[in-house]
Amino acid sequence: MANLVEIRGLRVAFDGMPVLHGINMDVAPGEALGLVGESGCGKSVTWLAALGLLPSKAHVTGSVRLQGADLSGAPRAQLEAVRGKRIAMIFQDPSSSLNPVQRVGRQLCEALRVNRGLTGAPARAEALRLMDLVGIPDARGRFGNYPHEFSGGQCQRLMIAMALAGEPDLLIADEPTTALDATIQAQILDLLARLRRETGMAVVFISHDLGAVAQICERVCVMYAGRIVEQGAVTQLFERPRHPYTLGLFEAIPRLYGPREPLVPIPGTVPDPRRLPRGCAFSPRCAQARPFCRDERPDLLDQQDGRQLACAFPLPGADPARADRKEGVLQ
Amino acid sequence: MIRFVSIRLLRAAITVLAVMTFAFVVLRLSGDPAAVLLGPDVPKDVVDAFRAEWHLDEPIWRQYLAYIEAIFSGDFGQSMRDRSPALELVLERVPATLMLTVPALLLKIGLGIPAGIYAALHRDSALDRGVILLAILGFTIPSFVMGLVLVLIFAVTWNLLPSGGFGGWQHAILPALTMSIGGIGILARFSRSAMIEVMGQPYIRTASAKGVKWRDVVRGHALPNAAIPIVTIVGFMVGALIAGAVVVETIFSWPGIGRLLIVSVSNRDLAVVQCILLLIAAVMVVSNLTVDLLYGWLDPRLRAGAAH
Repeated sequence: MANLVEIRGLRVAFDGMPVLHGINMDVAPGEALGLVGESGCGKSVTWLAALGLLPSKAHVTGSVRLQGADLSGAPRAQLEAVRGKRIAMIFQDPSSSLNPVQRVGRQLCEALRVNRGLTGAPARAEALRLMDLVGIPDARGRFGNYPHEFSGGQCQRLMIAMALAGEPDLLIADEPTTALDATIQAQILDLLARLRRETGMAVVFISHDLGAVAQICERVCVMYAGRIVEQGAVTQLFERPRHPYTLGLFEAIPRLYGPREPLVPIPGTVPDPRRLPRGCAFSPRCAQARPFCRDERPDLLDQQDGRQLACAFPLPGADPARADRKEGVLQ
Repeated sequence: MIRFVSIRLLRAAITVLAVMTFAFVVLRLSGDPAAVLLGPDVPKDVVDAFRAEWHLDEPIWRQYLAYIEAIFSGDFGQSMRDRSPALELVLERVPATLMLTVPALLLKIGLGIPAGIYAALHRDSALDRGVILLAILGFTIPSFVMGLVLVLIFAVTWNLLPSGGFGGWQHAILPALTMSIGGIGILARFSRSAMIEVMGQPYIRTASAKGVKWRDVVRGHALPNAAIPIVTIVGFMVGALIAGAVVVETIFSWPGIGRLLIVSVSNRDLAVVQCILLLIAAVMVVSNLTVDLLYGWLDPRLRAGAAH
């Protein structure tokens, strides 16, 4: 099936400082794609850039195609027609993502008016249905409330309701649970999974919570310092991560079951985008790094098992005996 | 809401009383009206008679109580110069002052706020920098310098407008312009920074992300939020409608409240000065009260806060 969205060579620079170094990413219709990586690796910027939501000082190049139509450099009116209606987005901090001086009902109705032309009583009825759908109790009574009268979790539910208002083909969920308590996180994840089943829309789930990604997604892209370093099916990456960074992300997760083991943190910090290492950006923090890694940057290459990987000395694949230790090397 | 308003009203009343008391005490400490009004060569018995007539020989606390009592019965005292009622003297000057300050306020609002918003929405453009530069010039040049420069240009060099005095609307143009320039600069800067702050908020991105047109994002989501800090500044300017013209009225010999205040202070005309200060305080307090109520209307979070 043709892809819903195809991103090719997407680069973003802020004030001449590159933060995305050519991202290629596809989203198939109805698919759930996870985007993981540490803060600042460019997960959110990728999709903000795709929708033209970055501030004007950001310099964006590359192409973003939505079912054939090129969005990169498209006029504002064309982007506005895509936002909300084809691709909707929800954000990290739900409480400050709703306009504090406008009643939530009005904000919902605005989304319905803009994307589906609904006004008056039909808009109100649909807004109430959406509030019901995302699990706001007493929607009728709370229609006229302001955002500060809702909890963070409820605000995220309202954001989701607003995103659903345009019946989008794709929902970008940008760390939707980061600012929420653990129990509320689980509820929001359940809600997203359920809505996806019911509506059939594709979801891009941006998160640094691998557990959440596993719950929602079928495919994962792991990003590091503005590049994709490994991508593949969730089961594939979770069972046998091959990029040392992907492995590091897993080892940094506390285990709930089994014997107590010390957490293995990834040493060091994310490199400053102004001073990226010359070779592989992860090499200074990588236990597997060899001199080669510090000089040459590996490209993201297709692997035999269907995943993509950007590592010169990856961890062993499904069959270690047969795996070519050099298969990821630059050609 | 009732509690909110009544607390504010009480606070306003206390403020006015404090101003009255302060003015009363300072005026009596800072010089003797008899010496100023009668001159240095008047015999002592005449001075004593004058002091007795105006109760200046009584202890200050008794004068104060009498003053407060009179205020509450609507008596604002009389001018020591010609015994005319102070309130009348003051009120008859109000229209002249408003003739300058109201157009000046409209200019400040009508030019300052749009300039600031425009600059914010075209941040770092040449026009933005131009607005900032003009705004800084506007509010750093003192009004007595600005007034003289405008007179030099429009009255002396081009001979387009009168350089001073009271007359038709042409006479009001230069003083009103002088008064407005600083405020235009201040409002432009404030509106610009308020708007820049709001445009960077997550809810603006949300509105864009849900497909709202950019113009409607600005009008429907950014402006109502940016209005809150802007209203504060406009509130101060409304409060200064009566008091803000002292310097400019003096430069342009405009017969308003400001000039009356200067003349009355130098004459130690106690009742008139007190009456003017009371009026200034009352206007300031009422405008602050209005701003407080407007906050509640503009920002539902404050409405909730006021209930507790």
